[in-house]
Parts: sequence; C-alpha cells; structure tokens
Amino acid sequence: MSETIKQFLYLNRKAPYGTIYAWESLEVVLIGAAFDQDVSLAFVDDGVYQLTKGQDTAGIGMKNFSPTYAALGDYEVKKIFVERESLEERGLSLDDLQHLVWEDEDDDYAEKDSIKLVSREEMTAIMDDADVVFSF
Amino acid sequence: MKFAIQINEGPYQHQASDSAYFFTKAALEKGHEIFRVFFYHDGVNNASRLTTPPQDDRNVVDRWAALAEQHDLDMVVCVAAAQRRGMVDEGEMQRNGKDATNIHPRFRISGLGQLVEAAIQSDRLVVFGD
Repeated sequence: MSETIKQFLYLNRKAPYGTIYAWESLEVVLIGAAFDQDVSLAFVDDGVYQLTKGQDTAGIGMKNFSPTYAALGDYEVKKIFVERESLEERGLSLDDLQHLVWEDEDDDYAEKDSIKLVSREEMTAIMDDADVVFSF
Repeated sequence: MKFAIQINEGPYQHQASDSAYFFTKAALEKGHEIFRVFFYHDGVNNASRLTTPPQDDRNVVDRWAALAEQHDLDMVVCVAAAQRRGMVDEGEMQRNGKDATNIHPRFRISGLGQLVEAAIQSDRLVVFGD
C-alpha cells in the first residue's frame, strides 16, 4: 500500500487492563500490518504484563484480549522486544510470558521465537533506531 | 518539516490536547506542515460539538476547529475509538441505528489506517498523552 518502508516501533508501557491503551495499541498494530512497514513491538514498565500467560479476566468483566498476541506472527510481526529490567522489577521472567512465534517461510516454515529480551540500554538504542515510535 | 500529530487524551481531563494545540499552532506559524491531526483513545472526545465549558474557560473543541479552518487542517477521529465512546457523525448514526450525531463538522471519522499513513508520510509523528 505504500512505497516508503519505515521502521515502526510500537512502544507498550501500560498494564493490559485498568486502561484501554494496551488493547487500542494492539488494534493499531493489526491495522498497521496492511501497510507493509518494518514493524517491531517493545514492552517496558507495566507493559510487560500484557504478554503474561494465563490471563483470566472473568473477575473484572473485561474481554481477555491476550490470545491476540499469539496471532501477531501471522501479521508478519516478528520482532517483539521485552525489557529485562522491567520484568525483573516485577518479579517476572521469560517463563511467565506467552511463547510467541512466527513462521519463517524461507526456512521450511520453521517456527521461530518472536520475543527477545533486551536490556534497558539496548531498548534505548531500539527506540533511537526507529523512524516512528507509537507510544502507548 | 512535515508533522503528524496524535492526541490520546480527552479535553479538560488532561492537558494533552492543549499541548498538542499549542504545538500545532506554533509549528504552523513557523512554516511547518501538519499532515494530519489524529484523535485516538479518549482523544476522540475532543471532537464533540456539544462541548460546553464555562464561559471563562477555553473552548478546546472550537479552538481546534478554528485552527483547522484557518490552516485547512485534516483532523481525523478514529472510528473504532469513536464508536466505543459515542462520538457519532451522520454516517455512523445511520450505520449503527443511533438517533443523534455529536461530532463537530471540522472533524471527520475514519480508520486507524489514517494514523499509520500519517506516520509514513510525515517526517515526525508527535504523540500527546500519558
């Protein structure tokens, strides 16, 4: 749809429930996939809770949208950066997060990990490299 | 420089829309181009023509509308966010069987693709909100 290809970074900073930022951020990612840009997602601060597995929203009467993250691979979202310090500060580790993968069609459709843990310092470089940062 | 502006918070509750307004106004006065102003999340409430602040306060909606009139700004309200929050234009009223509209005529309702396109077409996307 566009000849320009930019590095898009969707920066997710907030918990999945409590406010609507996380869900409406995901909606931009899904719509934005049609524009064939070079997309990365980043999760920092309470945003790391968005990727936790086993979310159960029955008690708060909200739609549990966390299964949508597993579909990101089908939307060509292959780079999901999670800040290690944000996880550690909340007593979380990679094992607490959903196992998100994308299929590499150049490698016999092998499933490859989408999530990459990065340090806070690396995260600043990722933000610096992006042409566009959508901050949610 | 060509800017795209994104506003994520509603009027009066939060300063985001005020800051975005002053940024946009200053950028235009300096000769920059504003490709589009996009209202998302509770930011869609900045488009309500029914907004009635006290007389001694600023009118956030009318102020945006006047700036848009003066500079022919494209001000877009996200349709999905608008539907959730009851921001309605003629088309949405008919499509969803509602009995009223409330959007100011200087704004238009469209899809998230307009935000993504604005980010692609502009030199900078500037986001206002928490």
